This record gives sequence, structure tokens and C-alpha cells, in this order.
Amino acid sequence: MSSAPADLRMGKVRRVNGPVVDVVGLNGVAMFDVVAIGDAGLAGEIVSIDGDVATAQVYEYDGSVSPGDPVTSHGEALSVTLGPGLLGRVFDGILRPLDAKDVWLASGRASDASDMSWHFTPDATVGEKVAPGALLGRVTEGVRFEHLILVPPEVDGVLSWLSPEVDASAHQPIARVGAVDVSLSHRWPVRRPRPARARDGEPRLLRTGQRVLDLLYPILCGSSASVPGGFGTGKTLLQQQIAKWCDADVIVYVGCGERGNEMIDVLEDLARLRDPRTGGALRERTVCIANTSNMPVMAREASIYTGVAVAEYFRDMGYDVVVIADSTSRWAEALREFASRTNQLPAEEGYPATLGSALAAFYERAGNFTTLGGNRGSVTIIGAVSPPGGDLTEPVTAQTRRFVRCVWSLDRDLAYARHYPAVSWNESFSRDAERVGLMRSEDGDTAWAERRALALALLAESERLESLVELVGAAALPDRQRSTLRSAKLVREAVLQQDATSADDAYCGEAKQKALLEMVLAVHRALIERLEAGVDAQRLEQVDLSRVSSARESGGPDDVAAVTAVRDSVLALLKTVT
Amino acid sequence: MIDSIPIEYTGARSADGPLLVIEHVTGVGWDEDAVITLASGERRHGVVLDVNDDLAVVQVFEGTSGISLSGTRVAFSGSPMRVSVGAQWLGRVCNGRGDPIDGGPPIHGDRLVAVNGVPINPAARELPRDPIITGISAIDGLTTLVRGQKLPIFSVGGLPHLELAAQIAAQARVADGAFQIVFAAMGVTHADAEATRDALEERSQSGDLILFINTASDPVIERVLTPRIALTVAEHLAFERGGHVLVLMCDMTSYAEAVREVSAARGEVPGRQGYPGYLFSDLAALYERCGRLRISSGSLTQIPVLTMPAGDITHPVPDLTGYITEGQIVLSQEMQSRNVYPPFDALSSLSRLMRHGVGPGQTRKDHMAVAGQVYAALGHARQVRELTDLVGETGLAEADRAYLRFADALEAGFINQGRTEHRAINDTLEHAWTALTMLPAGDLSRLDPVELARHLASAVPDGSEGST
Ligand SMILES: Nc1ncnc2c1ncn2[C@@H]1O[C@H](COP(=O)(O)OP(=O)(O)OP(=O)(O)O)[C@@H](O)[C@H]1O
Ligand SMILES: [Mg+2]
Repeated sequence: MSSAPADLRMGKVRRVNGPVVDVVGLNGVAMFDVVAIGDAGLAGEIVSIDGDVATAQVYEYDGSVSPGDPVTSHGEALSVTLGPGLLGRVFDGILRPLDAKDVWLASGRASDASDMSWHFTPDATVGEKVAPGALLGRVTEGVRFEHLILVPPEVDGVLSWLSPEVDASAHQPIARVGAVDVSLSHRWPVRRPRPARARDGEPRLLRTGQRVLDLLYPILCGSSASVPGGFGTGKTLLQQQIAKWCDADVIVYVGCGERGNEMIDVLEDLARLRDPRTGGALRERTVCIANTSNMPVMAREASIYTGVAVAEYFRDMGYDVVVIADSTSRWAEALREFASRTNQLPAEEGYPATLGSALAAFYERAGNFTTLGGNRGSVTIIGAVSPPGGDLTEPVTAQTRRFVRCVWSLDRDLAYARHYPAVSWNESFSRDAERVGLMRSEDGDTAWAERRALALALLAESERLESLVELVGAAALPDRQRSTLRSAKLVREAVLQQDATSADDAYCGEAKQKALLEMVLAVHRALIERLEAGVDAQRLEQVDLSRVSSARESGGPDDVAAVTAVRDSVLALLKTVT
Repeated sequence: MIDSIPIEYTGARSADGPLLVIEHVTGVGWDEDAVITLASGERRHGVVLDVNDDLAVVQVFEGTSGISLSGTRVAFSGSPMRVSVGAQWLGRVCNGRGDPIDGGPPIHGDRLVAVNGVPINPAARELPRDPIITGISAIDGLTTLVRGQKLPIFSVGGLPHLELAAQIAAQARVADGAFQIVFAAMGVTHADAEATRDALEERSQSGDLILFINTASDPVIERVLTPRIALTVAEHLAFERGGHVLVLMCDMTSYAEAVREVSAARGEVPGRQGYPGYLFSDLAALYERCGRLRISSGSLTQIPVLTMPAGDITHPVPDLTGYITEGQIVLSQEMQSRNVYPPFDALSSLSRLMRHGVGPGQTRKDHMAVAGQVYAALGHARQVRELTDLVGETGLAEADRAYLRFADALEAGFINQGRTEHRAINDTLEHAWTALTMLPAGDLSRLDPVELARHLASAVPDGSEGST
């Protein structure tokens, strides 16, 4: 929480090496203080100090900045304004609204004066002592998003004044706590985790609507997941699907060093699609932070923290928030570029030795919390990783794996065979799976874990058999094993594949997920049962099961009846084979 | 290219590779444009890579050969390197620095614009849509190029990627509006440069094309400039003049090698295969200069062409390109050895934006379904082929044999085409149908049953043309 800007410090540029600027004369400047460079006042942040020389990374193009140019600092750490007006909009890496900016992003001081006003409804008692996180009132955003106005962290005292119901701008005071005027928004330094009472919130399921995740590699709210995969393997589409359809309350989508066209694609989709739970546009629950690959590199580094700070802000209201970061590799590359330009000793592949701790600190900001106000809230972090050459042993992929609870590894061969989402069953894991099994069981679905185990076993067994087939040919396998190959194929085609562009199946409801997997397992059992009853294997193999594979497209996301109809007719058909 | 020339400095302190260090400078800014005058009077161009107190490190695009520390004068322009943009470029042939080599007068455009460009606000973009028809069936049919897209060609030394790029440049068109081509050749041989000029002659004459040529014997570092000038001129044509502009850049591997050379000269920590860690951002700064904008009716589309050293798709240049572009067209040695032109490897190729550019009103109603069916069938055909290696063709089921016949027919009748042949989209799709009708009808589940029946009825058993 920033107090009034501290004293103004003035210095001069000594060296400019791309986005890295050395400054002298800023006496007493602190690490991570924001500086304004040159006459244009380019935004930068102090990231190392050595004697009289402070080094800044600059968040804007700094061409023509030259030694001797003025530098000023107000002694404030890189901070953003958190309040109503974030949802539904697009910002750059340091939370300056992009939708209000020019087509061509010129550098320089931005005026982000917003003239929006919000209808504030008070809900607190004047005269009482209030602590950080205490409720002051509400603002409704979009159709029905309840934006709670809370006492900001580090502010407490007696609530001596509370505005009546009013239309207020984000900066206009609506309450007085102790000696501080509180408005609808406040500043927060993005690198600092926002305080919570405890990390003890009871997790709840995060339903993604993607079958391969929900059935095989599930994730809980408050967890973290990494999505590594070579180019074109489907990281962005998978993350966009989660952003669209998962049942979190708020999504913070950080496009970090990726494509401009992708940002527009997801924004247009989110504006068009309806949230099945509220009826509003999905965009109304989403905050977009777009720092595309052609925008200044160093702002990528900040955009990740900006994203989490925004997520924590909504978490503090008691919401389940999902942060999507595409791609964390571009963030790590910004770290590397900075390290290289400041001659830091490189560790693995040129990354600074602090890469691991930086990743750990980032993913640590995920979790289930009891908020300062006593609510339950969570932050889930899902980060894409783009390994050079698809090499999963490279530093960012390998280090990230240590700190996350789920890895959804995307496989190039699956993607090239157009098996989407290309989530590999060899390289992926979920440390939440066991807990999810118990939770499902408590909710009445006692066979969830068993179905998952059967599906995974079929996939593993067929993987083993396929390497045999490559040696001896499918014809040489015993009937039973050939049947296993066939069932595993059904698991892949009928259950795991899910076309993100499909009108009916881009998102899949829980009941339909279950029905599809149950159908395949039932067909698998029936095939074995027929074999054991002595039915000729060749005749069984001639039975057309393509209807099973396409059943996922036969009805909408919640259409269980269409799936059971296919199941019943295929099972009946198998019975007739003798 | 440079407007005003203030102070000239004579304090050259060191020269190394493409870099020249000047001392005792004042007020020189990073990324400023510099003019270097040699003792002989020869002028070269440079850009400031680093300024430290009174030292400036200048990258010289023409290289430092022949530069002596005494007698060399350097002037800084006070602004980043700029190029004069305008329609005057159309129809011209220039070297990699943008100087005419067609015997014509120097190009004076309307105004000066920084060659590094300014980032496009992602919130000001519009989604690419509507196709560019290249007249090449494999591309139009299976990996349709969409206006505003960046779709690279991944090739290998020895394959006809330059011919293919030139063919696209010569015959691509759009259904509506002005259409212009900017072709930037980097590190090509003189023979290739000549062949490209010839192939593009007609379009150049008609004033729809700009050709930049940096040959293999031109200064290497100049290649860092070539795509930047090409894109700056193209952005103006597209976003200010509202044209649909297609930029082809060949060979991006040569470009990246120039970037690597500068990095090595600066003593930077090398990343994979010696390329600098910032190669991703450097390439992205080029490739992201395309798209469509809300404020303009024009579009800028890119086809970067690159060669994969040793055919390795995990090499940093194709790898990082793949991480930035929206799909890829892959050419394969194997197709080449079967004498197929273009040697298009369908299963490795993908246009990620295709679905926004095809369909009724854009190409044809059945386009997406036909392409999807072709891909699915090719995938199956590949499995069958692998199986054939094991059991022999006679061991195959009849249905599987049909897939092999399909793949052969597709290759011969659809992918393969003449080097100057322009196929209309209708012909392209009909050729695909012809191959598809050789498959068991029950397998063609993605196709519209009525359309399928019509095509089956008109299909002649011998697999010859089934168009209506
Ligand atoms: N679930 C899916 N359904 C349908 N198509 C998919 C799916 N996932 C991926 N694809 C296809 O793969 C293409 C690439 O996917 P995506 O853009 O998500 O890859 P990526 O891993 O993010 O690549 P990059 O690292 O280059 O950004 C998509 O354009 C689409 O054609
Ligand atoms: Mg992506």
C-alpha cells in the first residue's frame, strides 16, 4: 500500500544498452523503485544497485535516450491501481489500459485518467473499529459481479465516515478509516504478495470442462499447473479453453510475449460467449493483460507479477481466481536478457542462477487462503512453458516442474496426428488426483478414481503393446491384446480428444464426461466378455465402433442421453455377435 | 535516408567485426542512426547499439572492412534509422539497404518512418479473415493463407523454396481491393537473384511489387536491415493506403546468422547454437508486424521462408519462428525425391488461422470439410504405409489399399502442379474431391452426404477429373 509519494530524487543516465539503463545520482534509491527516464518520462524499475550506479529495466522503447538525460524517482515501488473497472478490459504489462490507447504504442507518460464512475452501496457501521479486509460496501460490475470494497491492507482504525449510496469515481473517497481516506481503488506494489490471514482454505474442485484434465489430470482451486509443449502443440488453445469454461469466479489472462492475433481471438470469443452460470458475457469475469512479443521485453517480466497481484485482489473478496500465463518462458527470457545485459554470471543456458527461486516465488502465490476479512478465496496459476526445440529438460521446463502440482505435458506426435488436446499420458501428472478422487466419492461418485485408473491402465498397456506391434505386427498379437489396443483407441478418440472449435464439444459438462468414459469402459468389458464367451475375434473386430468415437459430438455439452443411447445400441449390437 | 547531419566525430577507438567504437561523443542516444564516412569518402550506415558515458558502440551495416581508426568520421542523426515511405516504391528493385539497383532514380517517398516500427496495440487489432489465393493447390486447399496472418515456409537447402516463394509472389491475388507484394531476398546467390527477378518481372512491371535483394556477396550485416525496410514500406501501403500487402522474406536463416554475427562481435553470452538469447524477441519484432487493424481496411500478411540446417526442425531459427508464426508450411526432401512440386509435406503443415479464411463467401462452402477429410485420410494412409512395410501390400485389407491409392492420387493430381500454373480455388477443391472419392464412402464422414453423392456419381472409375 503506497502512502504519499516520498521525496523526489533526480539523477542522470550514464549508459543505455537496449532496455537496460544505468543511472547515477539517484541517492538513496531503493530496489524496485520506479523511475521516469528522459524528457518523455519512460517507465522503468530499478533492479540492481551497485555503489553510485543504479540499473533500471525500462518498460518502453528507449531509442534516442542518451547519457546525461534526466531520471527521476518518487521512491514508489512498481505499483498498480486495483479497483472496479478491471474486469472486461485489456491492459499492458504494468496495467495501463490498452483499449484506451492508440493503434501504435508510442513510448512516454500515459494519462490513464479514467472518468468511469461506479455505484457504491455502503455496508458497514460507522463508529466501529475496522481492520484490513473488512467490508465497507459493494459495487456491481457487469451483469451481476459483486465487487466488494474492502478496507485495504495496512489500513485500520475507526470507521469515522462512510459515504451513503453514491456514484463514485475510482479515486473519490467513500470512507474514512483512522486517518486515511479510502476510495474504491488503491495502489499496490505488484511484486509483493498481498497479505492473507492464513493458507488454510479448504480447496474445491476446479472444473475445466476439458475431459483429459477433469478425468485424468484434475486440478484443485489453489493449485498450480504447468503446460509445457513445443510450438503448435496446443498450449494456447488449452489455456483459452480453460479461461472460457472453467468454473472459477474470475480469470486473469496474461498474454506474455505471445501473439497479438491470439489476444484478439480470445477477447472476441470471450465477448461473444455466455457464462452458463451468470448469463453475462464471459469477458465480464476476465481481466486481460496483453504484453505481446513485439511490445517491450522488460514489461513481460512485470506482467506476470501484475497478473498475480490482480488475482490476489479478487481473492481477497473471497473469490476463486485463475491466473493463466502464456508463456512463462517469455518471462524467463526477459530475466535472461536482463542478466546478460548486466553481465551477471549465467547459470544453465544463460539464465540467471535465480531462475529457480523466481519461478518458485511466482507459483507460491497460488493457494487457498483465509482472507484478511475471513473469507475463503483462492488463486490458481496455470502457466505455459515453451521449451526450445521441444526439449523438456531445458531449465525453465525442468525448474517449473519442481514447483507445480500438475504438469499437463503436450506431445508433438499427438499434435501432429491431430489428437487434440495433445496432453501426453506419459509425461503428465496431477498431485491433486487422489484428493479429487476422495472429494468425488464424498459427492456420491464413488467410482471416479477407479474409472480413472482403468483408463490410464488401458493407455499404458496399449503403449506397451504398440511397441510390440512395431516389431511383430498387430496380427501376431493374441486376441485379448488386440482387443485392448482397440479399447485404448476408444479411450483416446471417444473420451480424450476434444475439438476446441466444435460447437457441441468445446466444453464438456461433468455428467457427459462421466457418461463418455463409462461408455468406453462398458464397451471394453463387453468386448472381453464376448471373447471369453468364445466369439470369433475377427467377427468382433468387424463390428463398426465409429459411433462410439463420435458420440462426443452427438449432443451438446450436457447431453448425457445422446451418449447413453449410443452406448446401449453398441452394447446390444455386440451381444448379437456370435 | 538520413535527413540532417549534425556534428561529425573523429574519435574512432576500436573496430571489431561489424562494430565500431567511437569516443568523446555527447548527446548520442541508443538506437540512433549513424553515417560513417571513410577516409576514401565512401559512406556507410550504422546504428548505435550501446552508449556508455562518452563511448558509443556502432554497428556498421556494410561491415568495418577498409575502416581505419584515423580518418573515419561518424555523424549521428539524433533519431532512429528511418526510411522514406510511399507508393513511389512500387515497381522498384533495390538492394538490401533500399538503394535502387534497377537503374531508376533514388526513391523519395512521402515521409520518414523509423525502420524498427512501432508495436501495434493488440487491442487495436482485428482478427485476420478472408483468404489470399496463391493459386497453389496444396497451400490454398490445405493450409490457406489468411490476410493478416504470418505463415512461414520451412525448407531445406536444395529444395525449391525460393521458386515457390517467387511463384506465390507472382500469382497470389485477393478477391477484392488493391493487392501488393513486397519480396525481400536475403543471402541469395546471384543466380537465384536473377531467376527471382525474372519470375517477378511481369508483376514488377505492372507496379504491384517491390523487390529487395541482398545477395550472398553483399554485406552480411546489411541483412539485419533488409526485412525492416521491407516491412516499414509494407506497413505504410497496408495500414495507411489500405492495400492488402503480402511480404515474403527469404531466407530468414541467413538473416538470423547476421544477428548472430553481431551478437558474437559484442561478446554476448551465446544461447543455443551460438544464437543470442534475444533471437525470439528479435524475430517477433519482425513477424508481429503484420495483421489487420480496426482503423484500416488494409492487411499485412507475411510468408517468411527459412531453411532448416540439416533439416532439423528443432534448430533455433525454425523453432523460434514456429513459436511466433501462425502455423507452418513444411517442404520435405522425401517429396522432392519423388519429383513432386511443390514438395509439400501435408501432415507437418498447418495454417492455424485457416478456419477464419475459408467457407461460403470466402472460398467455398465445403472447403473446411474437404481439408479436414484430406488430413484425416492422409493420417490413416500414413499408418497403412507403415503397416505395409511390415506385412506387404498384399497383406492389406482392400479398404486400406484404397488409402494408399488415395494418397498417391492426391500427390499426383492435387499437390503436384506446374511451376507457373495458377489453379483457381474451385479446381483445387475439385482435385481434392477426385482423390477423396477413391476412398470407401463410409469413411468420408466429414463430407456433406449430398455433395458426396454428387461427386461419387460424376467420378470416372479411372480417377480422372471429377469436376462439374
Ligand atoms: N483442442 C484443440 N482442438 C482443435 N485444434 C487444436 C486444439 N489444440 C490445438 N489445436 C490446433 O493446433 C494449433 C496450435 O495450437 P496452439 O496455438 O494452442 O499451440 P501452442 O502450443 O500455443 O503453440 P505456440 O507455442 O506456437 O504458441 C491450433 O491453431 C489448432 O489448429
Ligand atoms: Mg501459444
